[in-house]
Amino acid sequence: MPKRVGIEVSLAASEAACAADVDVIAADPVTPQTHIVEHLSELVADGELDAEFMPVESEHSAMSACIGAAAAGARTFTATSAPGLALMHEIVFIAPSLRTPIVMVVANRALSGPISIWNDHSDIMAERDCGWIQTFAENGQEVFDLIIHAFRVAEDPEVLLPVIVNMDGFTLSHVIEPIEMLSASEVSEYLKPYNPQMVLDPREPITMGPVGVPEMYTEARYQAESVLNGSKKVIVKAWKEFAKLYGRSYKPIETYRTEGAEVVLMTMGSVTETAMTAVDRMREKGIEVGLMRFRLWRPFPVQEFRRAVKGIKALAVVDRAISFGAQGGPVCSKVKSALYGAPDQPQVFGFISGLGGRDITVEMFEEIVKKAIRYATKGKGPMYELIGVRER
Amino acid sequence: MAKVDAITGWKDLEIGCAIIEPGSSRRLKTGDWRSQRPVTDRDECIKCGLCWIYCPDIVYSPTRNGYFKWNGDYCKGCGICAHECPKDAITMVMEGE
Repeated sequence: MPKRVGIEVSLAASEAACAADVDVIAADPVTPQTHIVEHLSELVADGELDAEFMPVESEHSAMSACIGAAAAGARTFTATSAPGLALMHEIVFIAPSLRTPIVMVVANRALSGPISIWNDHSDIMAERDCGWIQTFAENGQEVFDLIIHAFRVAEDPEVLLPVIVNMDGFTLSHVIEPIEMLSASEVSEYLKPYNPQMVLDPREPITMGPVGVPEMYTEARYQAESVLNGSKKVIVKAWKEFAKLYGRSYKPIETYRTEGAEVVLMTMGSVTETAMTAVDRMREKGIEVGLMRFRLWRPFPVQEFRRAVKGIKALAVVDRAISFGAQGGPVCSKVKSALYGAPDQPQVFGFISGLGGRDITVEMFEEIVKKAIRYATKGKGPMYELIGVRER
Repeated sequence: MAKVDAITGWKDLEIGCAIIEPGSSRRLKTGDWRSQRPVTDRDECIKCGLCWIYCPDIVYSPTRNGYFKWNGDYCKGCGICAHECPKDAITMVMEGE
């Protein structure tokens, strides 16, 4: 039985990368970096992890170096957050098109301005369409597990795509939690050594990342899109095997007390656990409410989602980012488009809350559910609304 | 006209659109879009080789008799050779003329 230790979630993330026996870590070591990279540099310096640690001067360079390392056949890891992810933006799109199986932890934080270092999902939602597999963790244990899972999926010969593991900045990254840490030998049962399908090797030269002329670009992009959509079965299978070995199971869409629920809250990330408390409290009062959240955000699990909402009257989707000018949040927009044309679809009401580090409390979740019930009874509600915004 | 001979469906692309055959770009003729081409008057040419030296695409190559041979597969028609020729022996003529 693995030992359960109290550890800061960022450090647990580094330990997960260490247990996965990464070969290369390239990262910008200063703010907005978390302790993930700092602790990995310690592990390498102390000789506990045999890896190349590359402290580069920017996230743009970090991702470039990661792509180079992965192209050379190395198991590659990096981590970043908000403005760091934004600075990486250009190169983030290149990693999946080159099919480099990098694993990156993003400590989700707000994009400025006004200048904010606090938690929300605006950084990752800006990278929504980058072509990476993206999962969301709710607590420290999930961060650890999802990192191990990420390497397994990324390096699968049928996938070969980079994976982002999302964890909330501060509410997870800087919090000490009890986590069952798997050792490198325990992980090695699940995660075999990386066997690259294609490597940069001077003895057998190939070209990775050539120009995609108009005659080829569409086909190259479709390859990446098709592999990303097809990766879902590998992702699910890898979670099933994880459960068999370590006893913790994960699904593309996780549900909580949705049986007989009329209204279902939809969340992502660490606020889910607050929302669970709110659901428990409302259930005690006889309100038939449940909770659903996307563990897998990309590829979007549309079939699982349509199955999961069967029989539900209304969804209250809580976004932690604004899709500016789109009259709603990115998750709610996706939920609506995923349901369009589906038979017996629930009514969907969008709420935005928890921006730039503002807490979403149990009471706020209760307010959201009450509103959703009211709108559902009336048969209409606003396009979206901000919860907790002061008018004056 | 030069054509990309790697045109293929997405299922036949290498992983990540990689090119796994080294040196395959040699088959790619890049001079198919020029509007003008240089023509050398060998009566005026003094075999100085400046066209060969200045050409940004190494389109000229020395011949055994000392002149420089032009290769239309790669020439973009930029006119640098005509501009640099000290004897004005090179004239740019419209393609198709």
